[in-house]
Amino acid sequence: MRPNLAQNIKKTVVLKSSVSMNQFQTLLINVADWWLFLLRFFKELFHLPFEFNEFVRQGYKIGNKSLGLVTITGFIMGLVLTIQSKPTLADFGAESWLPGMVAISIVREIGPVITALICAGKVGSGIGAELGSMRVTEQIDAMEVSGTHPFRFLVVTRMLATSIIVPILVFYSDFVGILGSYVGANIDGDVTLQLFLMQATSSLEFSDLIPATIKSVFFGLVIGLAGCYKGYNANKGTESVGVAANEAVVAASLLVFLVDLIAVQFTNIIL
Amino acid sequence: MSVEEKVLVLENLGKSFGSNKVLNGVSIDLVKGENLVILGKSGSGKSVLIKCIVKLIDNDEGTINVFGTSLDEVSPADLNKMRARIGFLFQGGALYDSMSVRENLEFPLVRHHRDLDQDAIDDKVSTALDNVGLLDAADKLPAELSGGMRKRIGLARTLILNPEIMLYDEPTTGLDPVTSNEISELILEMQKKYQTSSIIITHDMNCAKLTSNRIAMIRDGKIYETGTFEELKSKEDPWIQSFFI
Ligand SMILES: Nc1ncnc2c1ncn2[C@@H]1O[C@H](COP(=O)(O)OP(=O)(O)O)[C@@H](O)[C@H]1O
Ligand SMILES: [Mg+2]
Repeated sequence: MRPNLAQNIKKTVVLKSSVSMNQFQTLLINVADWWLFLLRFFKELFHLPFEFNEFVRQGYKIGNKSLGLVTITGFIMGLVLTIQSKPTLADFGAESWLPGMVAISIVREIGPVITALICAGKVGSGIGAELGSMRVTEQIDAMEVSGTHPFRFLVVTRMLATSIIVPILVFYSDFVGILGSYVGANIDGDVTLQLFLMQATSSLEFSDLIPATIKSVFFGLVIGLAGCYKGYNANKGTESVGVAANEAVVAASLLVFLVDLIAVQFTNIIL
Repeated sequence: MSVEEKVLVLENLGKSFGSNKVLNGVSIDLVKGENLVILGKSGSGKSVLIKCIVKLIDNDEGTINVFGTSLDEVSPADLNKMRARIGFLFQGGALYDSMSVRENLEFPLVRHHRDLDQDAIDDKVSTALDNVGLLDAADKLPAELSGGMRKRIGLARTLILNPEIMLYDEPTTGLDPVTSNEISELILEMQKKYQTSSIIITHDMNCAKLTSNRIAMIRDGKIYETGTFEELKSKEDPWIQSFFI
């Protein structure tokens, strides 16, 4: 592996100044390193030829891997949210708000975040472990020395795939969540699905959907980023595969919340 | 060889990891068509040395000259072209384990020769597999192969680009004696067939004896002695002798 800029900085700081690095410096260098990795993704994204087959394979794998979990969690999330809100709304005699309120919560916040966290666990760790083991067994080095651009083949395809598949999974999870909500609302009532869906969707606006979708793209991006960064930069040594997978999940989950925090500020400013 | 053409010249190569000075002024050249064996104890920096040649590791000091060009002066694009002319066999074979043997071999091929049609690709893959005697393993996954087979497939994948220089990192380590000899024979065969110049890193004396035209011994980050197998074997030096017991 060629030492990157951040490693060079680290070397210079440690060797030249002979001051031991404090945690703040380490943090800054880490942030710089992540940032450079992300920039490299955007730079190499436009290098032709694009590894299309690998991109499709990864997209399919990511979707396929998380679909089951997303279905279950999405459904339960809608169901629980509804069952819990119902009595409170009923106290105010506002039960008719239920479908709309649940739909907005799901589409704006809960759907994207829950789905992203599921993917952070499932997909982030998968990518971290896969690339980590490729690093450890010198497969990435082998690609590098045969001049076949491993970053483009392994990282660009995966990060792009997560950026596209995660928003799709979010849509799907929103839909399943609203179905779950219908089941919850209908446990003792007799609302028709049609009416419920109509009430749910009529309270949704474009201004709910667009920011949520943009946010989901960034969720996908940071999940791919975390998995790829940790896997691609894994240390040699057998235990580092597990470390890479584990750190990928932690980093992906934290980044999801960070993106969420930034997104809420943005939407508040713009809308 | 009347006129010796040097395909690779290392001068005063130095590399440290922190305070660990691994290479401390290695100078050696590789003559066209020769098999140069580098002998050294485990941890003596042999792998680091050949990784510097393909820029997997950046050396801190010294110069590396490949095919008459200094590696300090090549652009990233030219570096990739140069890398395609240098084959590197990794210690464990480094097969891509999500791909079948055939896909492993096609991987570098199609990325360097975009103009090849499927027939030409199949042809080259078959030839490469035939060379290492594993034609029937084409559709297997790496996990289904034994250690020796993995090394052979690794070799086939490397040779498919017809490299002019081959770098072998411990090609026989971890293999039983019979398989080791087969791999050594294979290295010799490929040298004859494709006129490659090779650096073979090993601490397996049998492999060194079979494959070497010349041996360089590395100690404390420097080349300690060079010579043919027989020359080194007859040296009095106890450190050199320790390899030949
Ligand atoms: N990427 C690296 N980072 C830090 N130290 C390394 C690295 N690669 C090799 N080393 C160190 O360099 C020394 C030589 O390693 P190596 O070249 O693998 O030995 P060998 O001769 O057995 O192939 C070892 O002490 C090893 O710890
Ligand atoms: Mg080694």
